[in-house]
Amino acid sequence: MAFVAHALVRAASTLVSTPVVPLVAIMLALAGCGKEVRSHLNEPYPKKLSVWKLFTGADLKPNRGVIPYELNTALFTDYATKRRFVWMPPGQPATYKSDDTFDFPKGTILSKTFSYPDSQGKERLIETRLLVSSSTGWVALPYVWNAAQTEATLDVNADPVEINWSSRNIHYVIPNSNQCKECHDQSKVTGPIGPKARHLNRDFDYPEGRFNQLAYWTRIGYLQGAPDHAPKQPVWDDPSTGSLDARARAYLEVNCAHCHSPNGSASNTGLYLTDLQTDPMRIGFCKTPVSAGNASAGMLFDAVRGHPELSILAHRMASDEPKIMMPEIGRTIVHHEGVELIREWLASLDGGCDLPRPTI
Amino acid sequence: MSKYLTLSLTLLLLSSCAKKEGIIAAGPNFEKDLQTALIQAKPGAVIELPEGTFNMTGTLSLTVANVAIRGQGIGKTVLSYKNQTSGAAGIQATGDHFTLEGLTIQDTKGDGVKINDADGVTIRKVRAEWTGGPNEKNGSYGIYPVKCKNVLIEDSASSGAADAGIYVGQSKNIIVRRNTAEYNVAGIEIENSEAADVYDNVATNNAGGLLVFSLPDLPVKGSRNTRVFNNQVYSNNTPNFAPKGNIVAKVPTGTGIIVMATHNAEFFKNAIHDNNTVNISIISYLSTGNPMNDPTYDPYVSAIYVHDNQIGAGGTNPAGLAADIIAPKFGKLPGIMWDGIVNAKDPDPHICIANNGDTQFLNYNAGGAFKKVSSDLKAHTCTLPSLTAIEIASLGTH
Repeated sequence: MAFVAHALVRAASTLVSTPVVPLVAIMLALAGCGKEVRSHLNEPYPKKLSVWKLFTGADLKPNRGVIPYELNTALFTDYATKRRFVWMPPGQPATYKSDDTFDFPKGTILSKTFSYPDSQGKERLIETRLLVSSSTGWVALPYVWNAAQTEATLDVNADPVEINWSSRNIHYVIPNSNQCKECHDQSKVTGPIGPKARHLNRDFDYPEGRFNQLAYWTRIGYLQGAPDHAPKQPVWDDPSTGSLDARARAYLEVNCAHCHSPNGSASNTGLYLTDLQTDPMRIGFCKTPVSAGNASAGMLFDAVRGHPELSILAHRMASDEPKIMMPEIGRTIVHHEGVELIREWLASLDGGCDLPRPTI
Repeated sequence: MSKYLTLSLTLLLLSSCAKKEGIIAAGPNFEKDLQTALIQAKPGAVIELPEGTFNMTGTLSLTVANVAIRGQGIGKTVLSYKNQTSGAAGIQATGDHFTLEGLTIQDTKGDGVKINDADGVTIRKVRAEWTGGPNEKNGSYGIYPVKCKNVLIEDSASSGAADAGIYVGQSKNIIVRRNTAEYNVAGIEIENSEAADVYDNVATNNAGGLLVFSLPDLPVKGSRNTRVFNNQVYSNNTPNFAPKGNIVAKVPTGTGIIVMATHNAEFFKNAIHDNNTVNISIISYLSTGNPMNDPTYDPYVSAIYVHDNQIGAGGTNPAGLAADIIAPKFGKLPGIMWDGIVNAKDPDPHICIANNGDTQFLNYNAGGAFKKVSSDLKAHTCTLPSLTAIEIASLGTH
């Protein structure tokens, strides 16, 4: 009840013109059913996903306080469908940050479930990854769904899953918990990547209506300090949401910058792909590769304005060979639409690069 | 009484067995068991690998600090990545105080062992190799710590790397000793690093034996305080097989030592011979011909001290510029060459060359269109203070 009471107070104090009654009604209705979500702050973490009580039904029906959310532009993962939820301990909103991941309270649970449609078009759940703000910091916990779709089990080093999707076979790799860190660690500290203002600043169809996610989180007591006008990333494949340049940079940020940033696991390359990066060399323009080896395919620069065919960046995105492909993990097949976006973007830019003189 | 004795003996035996639970059993689950053990390792763990050749399909990764992975020895414990389907590196570690010891890593798609951002790295008796010999499709680096502190690489070997066999980049406080690097593009390379001792190594049959480089565009800048001594650097004449676009593709086949854009480097008591282009080459990054977009980058050498080396024959069958311009112009190639490119603001870079026997020298003045060249060593008769020996205090408890 504490959560509902809190939500009511928040709702009463922050709502001006949004419809408060249906939300409260739904929350009150939910209050009666199922058990509460339980966060686990210490090892050993539950072996079964159901112990967390995030979902009340087989089809990921969220428990009370478990809120679905979406990102403007999301990481590509072999065309899997991803469903994201957040749960926070009652009465402890996350603190807004303009550029970085919000400051979440201890006990926060972020969940992301990966699925594909089966041959009958029914959703087949593959894995649910939890990021939990534990007593020792964020931990990444991968749960793998059983064939009956009734339970998911913690497996820090799961086997790949064969997926037949859209008449193709995907050797779907469930990241082991070290691989979780490869993307989620910044300077060796694990944390969420997605829940930043510019990624979350979009509308979402909640049961009680369509609302902006930041406003909704604020309203239910999940976020404090959000300004009226937060930054907003475009949707990479929706030209109505931003320019080609902005959409390409959003795509690169979401798919590359967790490693390619000054504190990410590819920091040694000096190639930094956050959308906030302004130094053209750091974005790869006319930057010579550092450790690409034959992944450079004989090309001289990471990115060349006007020349996608001379840009190592596009070449590596278009590959599915382990040695060449980027990102290194998280996908096994090529995201053709993403590659197309980056090629179109590079082709649209003017400039080129000075060529090296002969070696002396 | 004897009953109790038997019991306690049994307990003793059991408890000594228990200590060995760190051994990963050979068998079909070896790779998965090993990766799981690396994930679940607690600081202080020693993960022991049995003798045998094991087929690996993906990158092994370790993030826990103070963990050792220990095989039964080079050639005895062999991780073969010939059929690798995921990840590029063979072993990837980020935990501080990491030790890798006693094993061979073969045919990785990318780097053999990559250690990123760790304080305290020990690589001992490790061989990273590509069994098909030099091939541009081989992985880039054999043994590859980058952005690390307190790095010790000893009694190890690498061959076949399409970039550098043993490479330390963007790191600080480094010892590389008693290693062998053969049939790589670059044998041993120290790049954008500070405070390194490189000694008692053998670099042979690479395209370039031993490189000390500073490159632009990297987050960690500059290369300084490097001592290279008591190494054998000879017959590095394997044709350069690096893929184009990589800086090492520009290393002329037949080069012993290159020092580029580095400050405070001391080369002494090395035996350097039979490198067909040049035994020692001192150059500015400008000599690569690459455009520079990094305003904070210093492309010049300074304070380079080359003394008391045994420099033998060399330069008899040069490649690159030495073949195209220098040899036709100046005839017999000398043992030590300098491109003569200096920072206009600091015209005396302090390149001191002393007691290297009767080795000839040439400043080929690449910045001045190869005119006014000089083979007079008088301008370089100077000494520099010897650099301090490197000590590594913290390498973990293994």
